[in-house]
Amino acid sequence: MTASLLVPALVNGLTTGAIYALVALGLTLIYGVLHIINFAHGSLLMVALYGVYFLNTGLGIDPYLALPIAVPAFFILGYFLQRGVIEHTAHGRDQNILLVTLGLSIILDNLALYFWRSDTRTIDVPYGFDVIDIGVALIPVPRAVAFGAALGIAALLWFLIGRTDLGRAIRAVARERQGARLMGIDVEHIYGLCFGIGTATLAAAACLLLPSFYVTPQVGHAFVLVAFTTVVLGGMGSFTGALVGGLILGLVESAGGLILGESLGQIGIFIIFILVLLFRPTGLFGGKPA
Amino acid sequence: MLLEVRDLEAGYGEVTVLRGLSMTVASGEIVAVLGANGVGKSTLNNTLSALIRPTGGQILFDGTDITAARPAQVVSAGLIQVPEGRRVFPDLSVRENLLLGSYRRGRARRDANVERICTVFPRLRERFGQAAGTLSGGEQQMLAIGRGLMAEPRLLILDEPSLGLSPLLVEEMFALIGAINAEGLSILLVEQNVAQTLEIAHRAYVLEQGRFVMAGPSAELADDPGLRRSYLGL
Ligand SMILES: Nc1ncnc2c1ncn2[C@@H]1O[C@H](COP(=O)(O)OP(=O)(O)OP(=O)(O)O)[C@@H](O)[C@H]1O
Ligand SMILES: [Mg+2]
Repeated sequence: MTASLLVPALVNGLTTGAIYALVALGLTLIYGVLHIINFAHGSLLMVALYGVYFLNTGLGIDPYLALPIAVPAFFILGYFLQRGVIEHTAHGRDQNILLVTLGLSIILDNLALYFWRSDTRTIDVPYGFDVIDIGVALIPVPRAVAFGAALGIAALLWFLIGRTDLGRAIRAVARERQGARLMGIDVEHIYGLCFGIGTATLAAAACLLLPSFYVTPQVGHAFVLVAFTTVVLGGMGSFTGALVGGLILGLVESAGGLILGESLGQIGIFIIFILVLLFRPTGLFGGKPA
Repeated sequence: MLLEVRDLEAGYGEVTVLRGLSMTVASGEIVAVLGANGVGKSTLNNTLSALIRPTGGQILFDGTDITAARPAQVVSAGLIQVPEGRRVFPDLSVRENLLLGSYRRGRARRDANVERICTVFPRLRERFGQAAGTLSGGEQQMLAIGRGLMAEPRLLILDEPSLGLSPLLVEEMFALIGAINAEGLSILLVEQNVAQTLEIAHRAYVLEQGRFVMAGPSAELADDPGLRRSYLGL
C-alpha cells in the first residue's frame, strides 16, 4: 500500500475520530457523574444537527458562527432535561432513568421523522471544498477545523473538570454523593450541570460536523453506537479514555474502509467493541468500578 | 443556645427511628450523644444535616429555624458534620478534599485555613498530593475532620470518630477533639466509646430506641450505676 493512500486515510481517521471523541466525552461525563447511560445522546445530536441546519438554511448563519448560539442553548436544554424531566420521573432508580432516556430518544426520533421526513439534508458553505495541502495529503478545510476545534473543546473540558472548583465538586459528586452533600455541594444542581455540559458537547459536535456531513432523523444512531464503543474501549467514565478511544476508532474505521471498502469500514469498530468486552471489560483507561 | 432540638421525629419511610428527641448544645460545649449500634445516632446527625427530612419537631440553630432547610443551607449556616465512615472523596487528593471543605465559604480564607489545618494534622501535609482513597483509616479520619474544619463550622458534629482506629490513635483522636474545642469550637460528639467520651464531654445524652433515656453532666453520668452497668460493663 502506498503512502499516497495511507496518509489521507490516516488524516481522515483522525479527524473523524476527534468528532467521535467529542460525542463520547459528553456520554462519558454523564455516565461518570450521574451513573446513567443516556440513550437519548444520539437523538439529541440529531436534534442539534437539525438546529444548526435550520440556522444555516433559514437565517444564513454559518455553522461555525452558530457555535456560540447552539452550545449555550443545548447546555440549558440538557440542564432542564435533567432537573425538570429525568430527576422527577426517575425517582432515583437506574432502570427508570434508562427507560426515560430511551423514551425521550424514541419521541425525538419520531418527531423528527414526522416533521422533516427521512430526507438526507446537507448545507452549502463557501469553504466546503477548500483543502489544505500538507505535502503528503490534502486535508479538507471542514475536517481540519473539526479536528482542531474538537481537540480544543476536549482540552477545555479537561481543564474545567481537572483544574477548577466546579470540576472538583463534579469529581467529588461522582464518587461520594453523601460526602459531597455534607460539604454543602448541591448534588442535583451538579447533575444538571453535567447533563447540560454533556448535551452541549453534542451541539458543538453538530456545528463542526455539518459543513462536511449530512443530517437525517436516524443520523444519531451511527454516532451513538460508536460513542458507546468509544466509552467501553476507553473505560466507562474515563476522560482520557474517551479521547484516545475516539481517535483509535476513527483510525480503525478509516483503515477498515481502506482494506474492506468504504461501506464495511465500521465493521472494525464493532469487532473492537466485542473484543474489549471479552478481554478487557474495564476498558483501556478504566479503573475500579465506582 | 447554639443548637436547640425540640421533639424531633424522623425515620425512613414507614419506620420511625427518632421518637421525640429534645436536646441543646451551648456555645463552646462538647455535648455527647451515646448509644449502642442501631439506636439512631447517625439518623439524628443526618436529620440535623438535613439529609433526612424530620417528620415532626423543630431544629433551631443559633435561634434560626432550620427544620426545613436544605443541606447546603445548613452548611452555610455553619453546622458541619464529619460523617460515620469518613466519606472522603477517594480519587481526589488530600489537598483537593480540603479545598472542597470550603465549598460554601469561598476562597478568601481558604489558603490560610489549609495552612492552619495542616499544622493541626502534620500527616495531611505529608500526604498532600496523594489520593484520599489510599490513606490509612486514621489518616482518612483526620482528613475528614480537616475537611470539616475547612467549612469554618460553628458547630461540628462528629459521628463515631474513633471507629476502626487502634487504641493509641483513639487516644490521640480524643485529645485532638478536646484541643479543637479548647480553641472555642462547639462539638456534638456521637460515640459508642462511652468511657473516653465522658472524659472530654461537658454533657451527654444517652440514646436508646429513639429516645433519650438519660441526660446530664458527664461526671454525673459516669457515676450513674445504671449507665455503668449497661455501657461500661462495671
Ligand atoms: N437508609 C436507611 N433506610 C432504612 N433504615 C435505615 C437506614 N439507615 C438506618 N436505618 C435504620 O435505622 C436505625 C438507626 O440507624 P442509625 O444508622 O441511625 O443507627 P446508629 O445509632 O448510627 O448505629 P451505628 O452505631 O451502628 O452507627 C437502624 O435500625 C437502621 O437499620
Ligand atoms: Mg451510626
